[in-house]
Amino acid sequence: MTIPDKYALEALHINKRFGALIALNDVSLHLEKSTFHALLGENGAGKSTLVKCIMGYYAPDSGELMIEGKQHDISNPRHAHQLGLGMVYQHFTLIPNMTVMENLVLSRPHLPIKIDWRAERKSLQERIAQLPFQFQLDIPVSRMAAGEKQKLEITKQLLLNSKILILDEPTSVLTPVEADEVLGKLHALTQEGALSVLIITHKFREVMTFADEVTVLRKGNCVGTATVKNVDTQQLAKMMVGTEFVKKTLHRQPSLAQEARLEIHNLKVNDDTQAQAVNNLSLTVHSGEIVGIAGVSGNGQRELVEALSGQRCTSGGEIRAHKQPYQGRREDMRKSHFYCLPEEPLRNACVPAMSIAENMVFRNFDHLPFTRYRWLLDRRAMLHHARELISQYKIRTPGPHVPIATLSGGNVQRAVLARELENEVDILVVANPCFGLDFSAVAEIHDKIMQVRNRGGAVLLVSEDLDEILELSDRLMVMSGGKLVYETIPAQADLATIGRYMAGQ
Amino acid sequence: MNETEFSLLNILIAVIGGAIRVGTPFLFVSLGECLTERSGRINLGLEGTLMMGAMTGYGASYLSGSPWLGVMAAGMTGVILGGVHALLCQQQKVNDIAVGIALMLLGTGLAFFLGKPLIQPTAAHLPALHLGSWSDSPVIQAALDINVLFVMGALLAPAMAWFFRYSRWGLYVRTVGESADAARAMGLNVNRVRMYSTMAGGFLAGVGGSFLSLYYPGGWSEGLSSGQGLMAVALVIFARWNPVYCLYASLLFGAAATLGPTLQSIGMTWGYYLFHAAPYVLTLIIMITTSSSTRLLSGMPGQLSNVK
Repeated sequence: MTIPDKYALEALHINKRFGALIALNDVSLHLEKSTFHALLGENGAGKSTLVKCIMGYYAPDSGELMIEGKQHDISNPRHAHQLGLGMVYQHFTLIPNMTVMENLVLSRPHLPIKIDWRAERKSLQERIAQLPFQFQLDIPVSRMAAGEKQKLEITKQLLLNSKILILDEPTSVLTPVEADEVLGKLHALTQEGALSVLIITHKFREVMTFADEVTVLRKGNCVGTATVKNVDTQQLAKMMVGTEFVKKTLHRQPSLAQEARLEIHNLKVNDDTQAQAVNNLSLTVHSGEIVGIAGVSGNGQRELVEALSGQRCTSGGEIRAHKQPYQGRREDMRKSHFYCLPEEPLRNACVPAMSIAENMVFRNFDHLPFTRYRWLLDRRAMLHHARELISQYKIRTPGPHVPIATLSGGNVQRAVLARELENEVDILVVANPCFGLDFSAVAEIHDKIMQVRNRGGAVLLVSEDLDEILELSDRLMVMSGGKLVYETIPAQADLATIGRYMAGQ
Repeated sequence: MNETEFSLLNILIAVIGGAIRVGTPFLFVSLGECLTERSGRINLGLEGTLMMGAMTGYGASYLSGSPWLGVMAAGMTGVILGGVHALLCQQQKVNDIAVGIALMLLGTGLAFFLGKPLIQPTAAHLPALHLGSWSDSPVIQAALDINVLFVMGALLAPAMAWFFRYSRWGLYVRTVGESADAARAMGLNVNRVRMYSTMAGGFLAGVGGSFLSLYYPGGWSEGLSSGQGLMAVALVIFARWNPVYCLYASLLFGAAATLGPTLQSIGMTWGYYLFHAAPYVLTLIIMITTSSSTRLLSGMPGQLSNVK
């Protein structure tokens, strides 16, 4: 028998199924009061599902929730809030078109019929002054940077007097420096005894630096809970993956010829609001090298990649591929052997409702061997082609005829990569290729990208994952405010310096 | 010289009076649409609501003898149609625009069908405030007969702006319209907020319809509405989803619509049909100038572009 109030939150023997899928199988979690507890697991391990069961989004099929030793059936998020649970979601729940103040006032549980903005402002200013993060109250949230928004989300929960704060991958949008600041301050709050924190993450560094305890989930099962002081990264990785995970070191061939393949001169690209997102950017990628662009999302990377893949018009400057002007048209891409794996490939590089076979011939459906008499499509050739790529890239699917949207994220990624790398690749643009993928899929995709480089391709890798960039790149650049602000090579990279440039300082 | 100046003034006053008269249904429908759209849904069925409101308002006024009962009946018809729209839209995979078009056709068709017996009889009309009694000119007197409904609508516009900014319910409506996810995270029932907003919007559109049959042009006929319900949607966009701007925009549309008849009344026969088309031309010009392939509209509720 435990002392009733040792734990702030306990989830006991939680089971949850979605149809045939067992999302949680008898999972238990104990969050001790005033501690910082990490919930570690790969994508699809059931971390989010567990937390959503706790917050009342899903009703667990069986199991019990105890808060401060008392059993509760939490039926909806509002109920969870009343019990002192607060959650910061991976996707922001702030309303972009409203100001900071409006957002904070809105989240209060008992709003008066008429809102006295002057009084609200005064009380907010007083209360925020005692919390770790400070804000200007009158700017709309849409004008805030991602890191600021994350801090605002946390502040919102703290203002609600949450005693237990749950954060779902809070650092995915932060620079390393910002992540340390946010997690450090939360850790300090737990040590003051004001708060218990449960944080979902897959980053070992955060677990090792900030967490007191860690619970590991794998495929819906609870693998175990450990005190962080007593474990090391290797043990955690083993718990997460199940087997000893041996990381293959990537084979990097010394590159020989260095001819400029992709040249960008003073490129200007606007975003959806017509603000300049890419600001006079110049860059050259040579054959046989990987140039990595690091940066916090929202600093123009997406617009840059969209301009290169022909999805967005440029408003100035020039792109050259093989020294020829390049405008992102099908013809340009074909001539210069230009291929691209954009972020969120299902949205940016696929037609979700079309079959895998159809999606796999987007680059060359109008050429032999997929056409007949130059007008008709040869379905049989398409299916045959798709089957080959499916087995070659180990894509898990019932067959080449199913809509590509039915595949899991990793398999969509592999399918698009299969299409893009099928022919000779001279220039490859890759954006966040491993977002949300598990260890083995990440290793596979990194290996494919490295192979392109070793064969003499020019690779531009845009990623928010600094570790990925440090591992793959020959040269590394930091993008901030639509410009490249820093260049170095991974061997000489200093994390603190890179973090400073990422934060725009 | 003096005489032409006087007639110019007459034209001006006639246009202002006409703008108010013609603009009142625009005002009510656009305020209703503004409320609905701020909650994140587009109700294109308001043209049908307008016609149903005009018909039931006229019928109720005829049967009861009280035009105000007619206005209430029109409003309640709007509430019912708004409720149907909301109920259909909250089903899965139902597109609000398609439902709106269906309800628009249903509403006008039903109004024509049920309104057949109302073409002959005369119902009690809404009273007007005679603001032109200081003048001897019958033109000015006629132009400045302002209907009470317009005064109510003109007061309602700032009241609605206040509602969005200062009241709890207004904030809830905006939240639901900006981000359904955020609203759900707060524990708001998104569908219910949208249902109430659509029903309230329907009420206003119905009232706008009763103005058509009970004041200007008055009477019940199938040609009563000339697409005010549809143009109000364009007007809300033009007004940037701001109720006070809806008032100004309604008056502008009303003025455009009244230009043709006014010019005709002073004996100008040239370009009669051209001036009649003025509000439609204005709609087109506004849509073209305010839309852009690369820029999102400022002030647009975040959920509005979410097409299911």
